[in-house]
Amino acid sequence: MSEFRMPSLGADMEYGTVVDWRVKAGDRVKRGDVVALVETEKGVIEVEIFEAGVIESLVVQPGQKVPVGAPLAILRGEPGAKGQEPSAQRIGTAGETVVVVAPTTISAESRVTAEAQSSAPTAAAVAPSTARRAEISPLARKRARELGVDLTELVATRPNGAICAEDVERVAPKPAAAPQVAPPAKALDLAAMRRVIAAAMARSKREIPHYYLASSIDMQRALAWLAAENAKRPVTKRLLYAALLLRAVALALKSTPELNGVWVDEGFQASEAIHIGVAISLRQGGLINPAIHDVDKKNLDEVMVSLLDLVNRARSGHLRSSELSAGTITVTNLGEQGVQSVFGVIYPPQVALVGCGKMTERPVAMNGLLGVRPMIDVTLAADHRVSDGHRGGRFLLAVERLLQEPDKL
Amino acid sequence: MTEGEIRQAVREALSNVAPEVDLSTIDPAKDLREQIDVDSVDFLNFVIALHKQLQIEIPEGDVAKLTTLNGCVNYLHAQLASKEGPRL
Repeated sequence: MSEFRMPSLGADMEYGTVVDWRVKAGDRVKRGDVVALVETEKGVIEVEIFEAGVIESLVVQPGQKVPVGAPLAILRGEPGAKGQEPSAQRIGTAGETVVVVAPTTISAESRVTAEAQSSAPTAAAVAPSTARRAEISPLARKRARELGVDLTELVATRPNGAICAEDVERVAPKPAAAPQVAPPAKALDLAAMRRVIAAAMARSKREIPHYYLASSIDMQRALAWLAAENAKRPVTKRLLYAALLLRAVALALKSTPELNGVWVDEGFQASEAIHIGVAISLRQGGLINPAIHDVDKKNLDEVMVSLLDLVNRARSGHLRSSELSAGTITVTNLGEQGVQSVFGVIYPPQVALVGCGKMTERPVAMNGLLGVRPMIDVTLAADHRVSDGHRGGRFLLAVERLLQEPDKL
Repeated sequence: MTEGEIRQAVREALSNVAPEVDLSTIDPAKDLREQIDVDSVDFLNFVIALHKQLQIEIPEGDVAKLTTLNGCVNYLHAQLASKEGPRL
């Protein structure tokens, strides 16, 4: 048996509130399955599990706010199936030791009035004992959750002994309060998000000795290639130059691995995988930094699809925990807002940030003559504990070279 | 499709990428992206939404015509008229 704990979904996250469970006792899960919706300061996030096994029981009820590290569910592992929870998930809480919170001490800060009417006063396992679990239909479980009915109190009326939704509705407290349905993207608590951003950025500047490098990159070839490509494609498959930038960064990182990874416990942990965080500003205010996984292994089309999907889900509040905790470097693209260059603040525990400025037509000397080319200022902010300017410079040079051959990206 | 219906479709596609914006405040002759603060991903989503809603292909070279509200309506009207052919 093992405990599935509340993951840390970013620097300085301290608490999360389980909004809805996507699994129940008895469900088989595999690595990467979304098991719960958790509300954090960054909005509602789909939390994935990193071990395979069978859910033994759910420890925390929807509506309960628990600290990072608190057990959320008990998992019965399969032999040899234990996955490795990414270490990046635990980084955010500096100096934190794993807190095992006994169910009765979790504050019953339930926001859901329907749940409060349930007869189960503590965070007892939501599912009934193992002997009964096969006899309750999924719809009955859903209705029980919605109406705040304790499953252990149900009596089956069907001849086969299975509990159905009608059995739930019959015992539900009347009149039922507003049913607890899994919410769509909840309105963001902007003040809370701002506090989290403030803490992360303050920590970054306090702990990370930043150095900054800038490079102006000729984008003529990249744009010409992009225009020709897009002319052949239907609108639903078109590429943005942002996808070219992301691929160039991913490939350039292969030669400067000291920019790709996380700082943990006084040391740098290089990452073999390249998961690029994309800084996305939210329309209602706030900033979020979910990652596209394995950008080095994806082709341009796949990166583009991932980018669009990520931005859309970030804006509608449907991001997954692995996207928020897995970034090994971040790219921020403020050029569209009209700024010439971005000298950013590294997002801890990462060790580098690539900034892209506005594309402008500039006079350029080429072969002794004056020409005009579209250029972008690409900058690197990097952690001087891990890399030196020389290596940072090599990285920017690699990005520049890669962007001269867009067909190879 | 009437011009009014096209205008409505354009407004809806815009609302999807910029839900908090009051569309009545938009100057139809000025660049949309500046007025409602949308980036290239949002704009691409907007163009894709128009394509899906109105069932027409929008060639890459024509996207530049979609940067103002008036430009959108005029372009889409012309495209739909030529696609629908003469009405009997």
